[in-house]
Amino acid sequence: MSHSAPGLNYLNHAKGFKSWALSLDHKRIGVMYMVAVSLAFLAGGILALLVRLELLGPGETIMGPDAYNQSFTLHAVLMIFAFIIPAIPAVMGNFVLPIQVGAKDVAFPRLNLASFYIYLIGAAIAMTALVNGRIDGGWTFYAPYSTSIGNGILWVTSGVFVMGFSSILTGLNFIVTVHKMRAPGLTWNRLPLFIWSIYATSIVQVLATPVIGITVLLLFLEKALSIGIFDPALGGDPVLFQHFFWFYSHPAVYIMILPAFGVISDLMGTFSRHQVSGYKFVALSSVAIAFLGFLVWGHHMFVSGQSAVSSIVFSLITYLIGIPTGVKVINWVQTMYKGSVQLKSPMLYAIMFLFTFSIGGFTGIMLGVLAIDVHLHDTYFVVAHFHYVMMGGNVIAALGGLHYWWPKFFGKMYNETLAKIAAILVFTGFNVTFFPQFILGAQGMPRRYYDYLPQYEGLHALSTYGSWILAAGLFLIAGYLIASFFTGKKAGLNPWGALTLEWTHTTTPPDHHNFHDTPVVTRGAYDYHLAGHLFQNGGEVTELDLGGDGAGAAPEVAPLSHEPAH
Amino acid sequence: MGDNGSVWLPDPGTALAGEVDSLFWFVFWTSTVMFAMVVLAKVYFMVKYKRKDDRDVPAPVEESKILEAAWIVVPTILVLIVFTWGFDVFVKLSSAPPDAYQINVRAQQWSWEFAYDEGATSYTELYVPVGRPVKLNMTSADVLHSFYIPSFRVKHDVIPNRYTSVWFQAEEAGEYNIHCTEYCGTQHSGMNAKVVAVSEEDFAAWIAEQSQDLPPAVLGQQVFAQCQACHSIDGTPGIGPSLAGIYGEEHEFTDGSTAVVDDDYLLESIINPMAKIRKGYQPVMPAGFSALSQKQLDGLVAYIKSLE
Repeated sequence: MSHSAPGLNYLNHAKGFKSWALSLDHKRIGVMYMVAVSLAFLAGGILALLVRLELLGPGETIMGPDAYNQSFTLHAVLMIFAFIIPAIPAVMGNFVLPIQVGAKDVAFPRLNLASFYIYLIGAAIAMTALVNGRIDGGWTFYAPYSTSIGNGILWVTSGVFVMGFSSILTGLNFIVTVHKMRAPGLTWNRLPLFIWSIYATSIVQVLATPVIGITVLLLFLEKALSIGIFDPALGGDPVLFQHFFWFYSHPAVYIMILPAFGVISDLMGTFSRHQVSGYKFVALSSVAIAFLGFLVWGHHMFVSGQSAVSSIVFSLITYLIGIPTGVKVINWVQTMYKGSVQLKSPMLYAIMFLFTFSIGGFTGIMLGVLAIDVHLHDTYFVVAHFHYVMMGGNVIAALGGLHYWWPKFFGKMYNETLAKIAAILVFTGFNVTFFPQFILGAQGMPRRYYDYLPQYEGLHALSTYGSWILAAGLFLIAGYLIASFFTGKKAGLNPWGALTLEWTHTTTPPDHHNFHDTPVVTRGAYDYHLAGHLFQNGGEVTELDLGGDGAGAAPEVAPLSHEPAH
Repeated sequence: MGDNGSVWLPDPGTALAGEVDSLFWFVFWTSTVMFAMVVLAKVYFMVKYKRKDDRDVPAPVEESKILEAAWIVVPTILVLIVFTWGFDVFVKLSSAPPDAYQINVRAQQWSWEFAYDEGATSYTELYVPVGRPVKLNMTSADVLHSFYIPSFRVKHDVIPNRYTSVWFQAEEAGEYNIHCTEYCGTQHSGMNAKVVAVSEEDFAAWIAEQSQDLPPAVLGQQVFAQCQACHSIDGTPGIGPSLAGIYGEEHEFTDGSTAVVDDDYLLESIINPMAKIRKGYQPVMPAGFSALSQKQLDGLVAYIKSLE
């Protein structure tokens, strides 16, 4: 560009540890989050493999019951609080959201950096439970069991409490950024759906997270000071804990899944080169789901001891929230209709998402049926269901987003052939791991079981074999992404031909300040029919789209590369 | 598709379980058909609209209001059917007939105790008469548990200081698994028992036999079923020490002190397990056993003394 030395971008404009650790640049903070949540995912994933290995056969396989119970608990705590909740919003939201709205940074850059360190401190406190005493019983910490075990619970709940602040502050930052910092012309109806979904997520983060904070604080006080709140032995009510817990944790499910909806919408639009079907519905239903998500917590408690009338009301409301989610799936499929579909690796994940997330959704309908839930509650059916929603939804979407934005993040293309092989491995491994668990659960196999009856051995073994395929796929991804730093082809400005600002109005990787001139937006995020001029030379757009907005000067950017690696 | 019923669901042991299964299959097949439609549409569009020319910029599609409405109306009708049906069966599952035979269930880490009005108590086997509704009044001595019989499709959490219940009417004589489905500690997955459904005559005979006054050591042997998850009687160390031939031995504790195993020491170790922790073991024994009756405690002590 004319304003800065060629070749300078957010990665190389400043060097040294301090330039990263104290950076207020949303892109660098996003990259630091990426490293942190990847480590959490690695640790949680290794624990998952150990858990599956133990379940290969009945009885002791590699560890005793206490080690097993602590492994699945730590797996859940790491995956939920340290990985899934921050993964898409804190990594991709941080990096992409400010550029997509045409801003130079988030509204409060210092707060953004503070959120990152609060997250790190929280995660570190939670991890000290490893040496500070046992934590078992799963991520739900149901009282009075959770207060009857050692002091590890004090550390884990403190860690969750602290990580919660990171989540609240990030949400706050994004809400203000979306409201106040959109570029001229970027009306709400033109916003990329990724922004809409992160915005909806942020609302839930700000409103729901304080509740888990208060809940774990009460649990902490009960444990530390023996104040009777939840423990019946002290005059408390254990069902009250479940109400508090799910009042956060059900909305938290939407913190985990709404960002995935946003990624999938962007992928579907870009790789179908088509308007996302039902744009307004998809956008507004995310916000509606964010609010309705607060009204269905009791569907986790049909057999917990809440009144039958409550269960019935919660079941009904659960269906109301199911419908818009189902319609979204139909909209994504419809986006391909009469589009121009390109099956690059990010799109493979979007297609995969429609498969796995739909299974997660339909089995959610099954679990919402009162009489059926009585049978399926706390069995492997539930384990399979939420892995189809969380991993088949969030993680698959996150992988799609990672492959989609990787060239923008680091300016390098990964090996597309390996990416496609890995996508197939992940898809196969995921389904082989988790589909048998639906059958196990329907057959009556309870969850959180160290040991099981011999009749369940075959399906458990199959599930364990699946976890190995899944792991192979994920390690392959890590391998070629890291390799792309060294051997990857230089990425072009806009290898996928996308129309959002991070692809059309900034360099690859983005300049330190994102834009030299404030972008002026003249069309919606998926109005490909208004951007035909960008595609005159083929699928890969190699010029910034600075024309048409009156800003004038043709960009002085030479075409950077030719074809993306195949 | 009933023949696939065995792949997904265990054979239903009650008439009500059959009703739950009908609902399960309705949701299963409706979902499968809708899922197949989504996948077929997806694959068809992927192939049919594959990008042929990189310069291709397809025009937006005019959205059909009728189609949009159909996406919302049809699933709404379907889920309302499913909701109402599920509500109906749920009410049946939640309402025990007033004439049901009642059994008190006490859960504790990591065993079940079934107490009958006639005086009998059992631990690993819940005897019930076939063809008569049975209602279980359940409470917990320590943490949350959940009582689950997969074959009967019944489950409910068991909560300290509160009664909850499940009911069922076994259709055929046989044995059915009972599991705990609310995580309750180290031996959660070992907290199993069996329903033994027998004819009315066999049930009456069993009750009569069990309700007699048993010699203390025999009663103790029955109560000991609750201890087996952690304590062996053949010398094999488990989560807790084996109790084979310990009477009269001298034990060393984690604080370095020692004591000779006598009646008082046995009683104390049952009702106040943290008082003395055997060297080499963790202080993990649940406290709930203090709620056993004096008769049961006497029986246990007598039984442990008799072990060699």
